[in-house]
Amino acid sequence: MSALIVRSIGPACAIQDLGRPGFLANGLTRGGASDPTALYEGAALLRHAPEMAALEMAGMGGTFEATADMRIALTGAEMTATIDGDPPHSNASHLLPKGAILAIGAARRGTFGYLHVGGGFDTPRYLGTRGSHLSAGLGQLIAVGDTLNALPDSGTETGLHLIPEPRLDGGTIRVVPSVQTDKFSDETRARFEATKFRRDPRGNRQGMRMDFDGDGFHASGQLNIVSEIVVLGDIQITGDGTPFVLMHECQTTGGYPRIGTVLPADLSKVSQAPIGGTLQFEFLTFDQAAAIQARANTSLANMRRVVKPLVRDPATMQDLLSYQLISGAISATTKDEG
Amino acid sequence: MTANTPSHDGWPQIKTVGLAGILVTFSPVLSESANRAAIAFRAAVKDQDWTEIEESNSTLVSAFFRIDLATHRPEPLVERLRDMLGTQNWLDAPLPDGRTLWRVPTLFGTDRAPQLQEAADMAGRSVNEAITDLSTTTMRALTIGFAPGQPYLGTLPDHWEIPRLSQITPRVPAGALVTAVRQFCLFPYDTPTGWRHVGQTGFLSFRPWADEPFVLRAGDEMIFDPVSETELAKIEASVKDGLGGAQREAIP
Repeated sequence: MSALIVRSIGPACAIQDLGRPGFLANGLTRGGASDPTALYEGAALLRHAPEMAALEMAGMGGTFEATADMRIALTGAEMTATIDGDPPHSNASHLLPKGAILAIGAARRGTFGYLHVGGGFDTPRYLGTRGSHLSAGLGQLIAVGDTLNALPDSGTETGLHLIPEPRLDGGTIRVVPSVQTDKFSDETRARFEATKFRRDPRGNRQGMRMDFDGDGFHASGQLNIVSEIVVLGDIQITGDGTPFVLMHECQTTGGYPRIGTVLPADLSKVSQAPIGGTLQFEFLTFDQAAAIQARANTSLANMRRVVKPLVRDPATMQDLLSYQLISGAISATTKDEG
Repeated sequence: MTANTPSHDGWPQIKTVGLAGILVTFSPVLSESANRAAIAFRAAVKDQDWTEIEESNSTLVSAFFRIDLATHRPEPLVERLRDMLGTQNWLDAPLPDGRTLWRVPTLFGTDRAPQLQEAADMAGRSVNEAITDLSTTTMRALTIGFAPGQPYLGTLPDHWEIPRLSQITPRVPAGALVTAVRQFCLFPYDTPTGWRHVGQTGFLSFRPWADEPFVLRAGDEMIFDPVSETELAKIEASVKDGLGGAQREAIP
């Protein structure tokens, strides 16, 4: 069995997958990766299913030793990384030879980086799936000395890459109207859209606080709202008028009003926004949102089509021979699937 | 589509929830009948196994149906839900079959549940009267939520309409029975809370290691039988299944 042995690790690394739907009536939200797009990308690069578990690394990665030859890919936040001292391409698949050291450092852009292995990680399942839901007590943070086993890898191809959908720098976040949107006046909603928010350091997998200058945002009759269903991406306004975007480990119900819900396709942008990064919200109509999201779902489903072999300039390659040995997929005759 | 404008004045209201699903709300305020309607309506729709509904849930006064609204247009589903609403007066509907009554050994007060005295004072009851109120009222799980398995239980007599604490208690232990606004919560693990800690049980509403991780469903009933500090200690020493010596019986 192949595995990664954890030699050092950042403070917030845990196994994630696409989450655990089906427990809403039991008070458990779906959970899953903060940037699910990165799971689809990793799966496309390694040619396995997007349901495979990967290692989510918030802000800082770790150092890993391979117990056997393994295929890996790095997606999501851009983190400094080396394989036995040489930097691998981001958003690409690589061979990690037996005994090699993969060192992943701090995020240079974005917040959540993902380490994928061919076949996916074979960590314990909790209520059916491997994704950690730490606020519910399912799974745990990865620690030094842990062994992260991989499932059997049926693929051999490496040296594939893709150009990710830009989402690491904040920007405009599209919002779908929801149950309580009409409890906020037109003026409040307009001011909400015009405000440049900053991602506050007080953010985690339960919620991201939005920092801003100026007055808070208040619903009419805010204190009298009966606790109601919470869904992923809801923008909850707390008593002092501050918005929080509710993330993957949020609660299932809440008593604070929600001004709207982040379009699912834009939620990764909220996750990945760097601390202090600017975010601005823009309301869509329901119909616009449904149409955009349907296209985004199609893109995710077709992610494999945008994967291409890495084209390397031999002049920049430090060790041409080893690259060719490692990356059997680099071939002038490989046809682009897209 | 103005998805969030109810098509009829008044209640129930049907609204889309982002692109995540459709919510049917029976009342703007919490009431026994609206809660019962939410539980009964959710159960009735669930029994029909609509292919578009991925899962469903009932909150205090609403039934939520999780549906991918980027794939399924809401209008025909809203129409079907409205037809279902029209089949009966859901505020008069009985609770669904298959519910369970739980009797949970509970230590009221002492330093294991140190806010009983304060809560009793606020309710205008002596400690002994408070224990009688809290242990003889049959409480219904109004909804399961916030944390996994966690029940919101109602409803205590009127004088238990006491507010939440202004200062949050940083930690109460798993199995803590806490009260505010005529309700109980029973926490599955250590948690901060703004509700007053009036009882301690060994009952965990979420046991991720067990074959049956979630034992409570919305609509189930609970009675918190008083036990002494010694009796609770004995239960804690001998009962390892996380249910704290609770007994269950089917509600006929």
